[in-house]
Parts: sequence; structure tokens; C-alpha cells
Amino acid sequence: MPSRPMIGYAHVTKSFGALKAVDDLSLDIAEGEFVAIVGGSGSGKTTLLRLANRLIEADGGTITVEGEDVQNVDPVALRRRIGYVFQSGGLFPHLSVADNIGITPRLLGVPPSDIGARVDELLELVQLDRAAHRDRLPEALSGGQRQRVGVARALAAKPRIVLMDEPFGALDPLTRDALGDDYRSLHRSLGLTTVMITHDMTEAILLADRIAVMRSGKLLAQGTPAELSRSSDAYVLELLRTPRRQVERLNALLPHGGAA
Amino acid sequence: MSLSSDPRWGEALAHLPDYLGNHVRVSLAALALGLAASLPLAIVTRNRPAPRGVLLALASIVQTVPGLALLALFYPLLLAAASVTLAWFGISFSAFGFLPAMLALALYSMLPVLRNGITGLNGIDPALIEAAKGVGMTARQSLVMVELPLALPVMMAGIRTAAVWVIGTATLSTPIGQTSLGNYIFAGLQTQNWVFVLFGCFASALLALAVDQLLGLIESGLRRRSRVRMALGAGGIVALVAATLVPTMGRSAQGYVVGAKTFAEQYVLSALLRERLQAAGLSATARSGLGSSVIFAALKAGDIDLYVDYSGTLWANQLHRTDIKPRAELLAELKTTLAKENITLLGELGFENAYALVIPKKRAEALGIRTIADLAAHAPTLSIAGDYEFFSRPEWAALQKAYGLQFRAQRQMQPDFMYAAVASGEVDVIAGYTSDGLIAKYDLVALDDPRQAIPPYDAILLLAPKRAGDERLQAALRPLLDKIDITTMREANLRASGNDANSSPDAVARWLWEKTGRR
Repeated sequence: MPSRPMIGYAHVTKSFGALKAVDDLSLDIAEGEFVAIVGGSGSGKTTLLRLANRLIEADGGTITVEGEDVQNVDPVALRRRIGYVFQSGGLFPHLSVADNIGITPRLLGVPPSDIGARVDELLELVQLDRAAHRDRLPEALSGGQRQRVGVARALAAKPRIVLMDEPFGALDPLTRDALGDDYRSLHRSLGLTTVMITHDMTEAILLADRIAVMRSGKLLAQGTPAELSRSSDAYVLELLRTPRRQVERLNALLPHGGAA
Repeated sequence: MSLSSDPRWGEALAHLPDYLGNHVRVSLAALALGLAASLPLAIVTRNRPAPRGVLLALASIVQTVPGLALLALFYPLLLAAASVTLAWFGISFSAFGFLPAMLALALYSMLPVLRNGITGLNGIDPALIEAAKGVGMTARQSLVMVELPLALPVMMAGIRTAAVWVIGTATLSTPIGQTSLGNYIFAGLQTQNWVFVLFGCFASALLALAVDQLLGLIESGLRRRSRVRMALGAGGIVALVAATLVPTMGRSAQGYVVGAKTFAEQYVLSALLRERLQAAGLSATARSGLGSSVIFAALKAGDIDLYVDYSGTLWANQLHRTDIKPRAELLAELKTTLAKENITLLGELGFENAYALVIPKKRAEALGIRTIADLAAHAPTLSIAGDYEFFSRPEWAALQKAYGLQFRAQRQMQPDFMYAAVASGEVDVIAGYTSDGLIAKYDLVALDDPRQAIPPYDAILLLAPKRAGDERLQAALRPLLDKIDITTMREANLRASGNDANSSPDAVARWLWEKTGRR
């Protein structure tokens, strides 16, 4: 692990009333890493993600981004330099695809002509046809297209960090698979540091370098899939076995991999 | 004559640019002010339940005040405010017409704008507000770039409701001196000119409907994000406002403003004054349907230049006198008292509109009755009817005292029905009004009052302080003084109470001038 993490959580705590959403959690994410945070509903995944760009403020502990304590950074400036992909898109319904993608550069005061060029570049990057989609409103797009726009919007201000909150959860399996692969290659080619929340272990194993497993606000285990498979925790092992078990059942039902 | 060929339609149409233009102007100003006050309040209180509740409760209370009362309330309020600013800063403003109407209507428009503004802002998907924050917007940027645009369709629905309310309620601003489409309705109701009533109702309904549809177009454009609809709606509104306002622009030189109270005789007389001024080459407009408490204050403040009042009314209401003096003395004292306020009592028109005891002419001849003193001898066998307030008024007490009147029975009656009741013998005597046209219609007679128990109600012509030295005006009006006798005024009032082409105030005023001008 490098000396200075891109994102560092140290003994971080966050409660909502009596509920401890994040409980004395420490986790470092290195530059260029793709980390998946896995856990059931209410395990504190989303809270942990939002603490990083101060959409939620921590009660205790320290969070650093690129070495700086986030408490010393203006939250608005912080959010503008961290890409964020929302669950089911979070696109503004009254703005066109181009205006949605260009929103953060616009907030940063980038000249409109430069924004236009950047939007075209990003549409190409997320593999959307420029002419067909640029001026459409979000409601005219399919779910997969909307999420591609969401990814483009997160990347528009050239962030070094991207946070993703169950980005592909609501998509049909084929779209989901394609989008995951496409994002994985963007992550690599752009040299991003990505933290992605998912409740799907298969997705985590296929996309992430490292997986962090959360339960009741605590970090149960973390490591590469191989490292996790050596865990002694029953819940972690159970999670990790799920994909394989599903494959075995599928094989039993469709003996030749589905091919006739 | 068929309804469609009635010349009163043409007369109504001739007033339309003035009435409609003023109606649109005051509605537009009120709506703009209401929006300017409500939208920031809706924004500021959207996340604060306690002040929001108070605000909505206050706006709801305003809504429960009848429109007419709300409008009437603003006149004394502003009058007081104007006297305060005059005393403190040496600045005065007109508390008459446009300003009170605009303020009252603006207040009236606030509830729907506030309610829909708050509903619209609170109804936004929290995930989108979170997204706005997440992409790096400040709270203000989130409001301007995301929350307001998303709340706009709901807000627009509120603005639409407010616009319809304001346009409808603006018809009630006539009595406080704001010209509006209500002028048709008030004048029509008072002079039984149903053509005017219908015209005013249709015109304001049509205006409200058109504005509602156009704002509806903008609203649906906002909902469907259709620029075409938004542009059509906005273009339509702009065109409508321009079409109604442009014809009245450049007419700001109004000349003399002639006031009139809310009954038929006043409409006729103000029309007569206006025609006389125009005949003398002076420009003049009428401001009719003013409340009787508003009209004197409006004259004093110079908002109107002249009108006809009655000596007994001013004696009681402005001089606060309860004693009764002979006619000439009362007039002289009234004249000097008014002169202290720089108000000119130019002179009498020649008739009175006072209470009088009235009986059928044939009956009077049969019984040999000419005066109230003659009546007193027969009273114990007769019944009398009066309007709802007559028997509790000082005139009645004075009559009883002066003549020792003692009737067999007394009844209260709707004024319109009294004359028919006495004509048919249902009652023997009524306390009528001396200038009422129905006295002539039913062939009745008003008995003389030799002991002058009833104060004089001479019709007198009053001029505003700023017209005190206006020789041209006074010269144009003098030919009217002492020219209208009671018989002529009764006939004029009778004509005005008819429902035909010759019963409009303008037509009756022309008849009146021809009749009196020949003398």
C-alpha cells in the first residue's frame, strides 16, 4: 500500500439517532484502485461513500482526500473535483443530455465553447451517438443510456476520484454487463480512483481490484477476491460463495452453457 | 326593439377601451406585486414549517374577507397613511383609485401563489436535490438551476388561479375610484340597464377566460417542456396586454373628473355635468359608482374635480350636525364651512332629494290634504310605510314632534315596492324620496312641510379645492344652477329606471339638458 492514500478513512463514526451507520471504520484507498463496497441493505455502504465528498458530515474520526483532511476543504469545491454517479442516474429532468453532462464545468466557470467540446468528447467516451442524444431530455433515454450520461457527467470536470452509488443496480442484466465492462476500461485508461457500492458480489468480483465487506457499520473484511476467500468470517465466505453457487445451479438447468 | 339592435350595446362598446385598459392595468400591477411578495416568501419558508404555517394562515384569512370589503378597507387606510406622510415628510399621494385597488388585489392574489409555490418546491424528488449538491452546486445554485425550474409548472398553476381571481375581483374596485369593467356592472345595476350589466359580466368573464387559457398553455408547456406552447402562451399574454393597454396610452390628459355616487340620479347628473363641460370645450371624464364616504374625501384630495351632493347629507355626515336649520341658513353655513377647506359650493341645481310623506294625488284631493299639517288630522285612521331606517331616523322624530303625527299602523318596506304599495292602497302614506321618478309614474304627491321638520336636501354642486379659482369651469357649470326643478328631475329619474335604449344615463342627461336648456 502506498504511503499516501487517495481516500483515507480513519476511525470514522456516523450515527443517525440511535443507529450507528458507520462505526469506527478505517479504510485506505490507493490511487488508481477500483474498490467495491459490498454489504446488505442498511450496512452503511452509502453513508460511507457520501462521507468522502461531505454530502454527509462525520461525527468522529478523520477522512482525507488526496492527503487533505476534508474538514479543511470547502465542501462545494470538494464535490466539484470528485465525480459522483447516482443510483438510477440522478439526471436533471429539465436539462438536455448536453446540459446535464456539462453542469460541473459550467459551475466551475469553464467557457461554453470548451464545455461543448468536452460534452462531445464525453459522449464518445461513454459510447453514445452525439447527434442522436446531445439535445434530448433524460426522459427520452433508456435506463442504460441514462446511466451512461450519469457516468459522463461524473467525468466531465476531469476528476481523479469517482464515487458510484449502485450505478448499475436498476439496469437489465445485458446492459449492466456491458456498462460495467465499459466503465472498467474507462477507469483504467483515465487513471481514475473508483469507489463503487454494490450489493451484487458477482459484479464486485468482476469489476473491482479490491472488495470491502460491510455489516452493521463495520468493515468486516477487505482484500482481493482471493484474499477474501481465505477469510474466517462466515458471512464473508457466504457472500463470496454466492456467485459460484448460482453458476452451479445454472449449469444444472442449462447443461451446455445455454447453447443448444 | 330587439336586444341585438339596442343602441346601448354601442354605448357600452364605446367605453370598452377605457374600462378594459384600466381593468388590465390594475390587474397586471396587482398580480406583479403579489408575485413579487409571494415568491420570495415561498422560497424563504419552504423548509421552515412554523413561519410557513403562519404565512399560509394569514393569506387564508385575507381570502375570507369579501373582496368588496377588502378593497373598501384600503381607501381609509391609505388616506390615513397619506396624511401621515404629508405631515412628516411633506409628501402626499392619492389614496384613491389605482393604489388602493392594486394593493388590495395584490393581497388577494397571494394565497394561491404562496400555496403552490411552497407545494411546488417541497414536491421535488429529494434525490434530485441531493444530485444538485453532489455535482457541486451551492444552495443558491441548486435553487435557481434545479429547484425553481422543477417547481415552475406547479407555481404557474398558482399564478393562473391568482390571475383569474384578480381579474374577477377587480370589477369590485369601481367604488373606490378605479375604473374597471365593474363600471358597467355598477352603473347597470343602479340604472337598471341590463345591457351594461351583461356587457360587464361577459367582458370580465371573457378576459379571465382568455388569460386562464393562455397561462394554461404556458403551464402545460412547462410541464411537457414544450417551448412552442410556452412561446404561444407568453406571446398571447403579451399581445393581450398590449392590445388592451395601448389604446388608452397617450390619453393621460383626462381633463376634469366628474364623480358620481352609486344611484341612478347621480349617474344621470354626472353624465349631464360631463356633457356640459365637453360642450364648453373642456375635456371631462366620469368616475362613477363611488361609495358615499369615498366621494367627499376624493373631492377634498382633488382626485375628482366636481360632483353633486345633497346639503342635508353633508350637514349630518361632514359637519356632524344634528340640529335642523331653515334651508337658506343651512346652505349659507354649509358654504362657509366648506370654504374653510377650500371646497367651492358653486350653487344649487334647483331640486331636493329629501324624505317626504307621499300619498296618491287623487286621495289627497279627495281628503283636501296639501300639507303634512293637513295630514295630521287624518293620521289616526291611516297607515304609513317607510324604508328600513326611516322610523329610527331623526327626520321621523322631528316630524312626529312638529305635527303631532300619530298613525294607525306603521310598516317597513323595500323602497322599490313602497310606491306601488301606496298607489294600490295597500298603505295610505309612505315616506318616499322627493326626486324619485316613481312619484310621477304612480301619480303621487309629496306633501309640503310648512314647519320645516325635515332638513333640506338640496342638490348642490361641489368643486375640488384645486378648482377654486377655475373660471372656465365655473362659467361652464353656471347655466345648470337652479335649472332643474323637482318635476324635471323626477321624470329624468323615471326615464333612467326604465330598461330601454333611452334609459342610459347619457341619454337621460341629453334629455335633461334639452328640457332645461330651453328655459
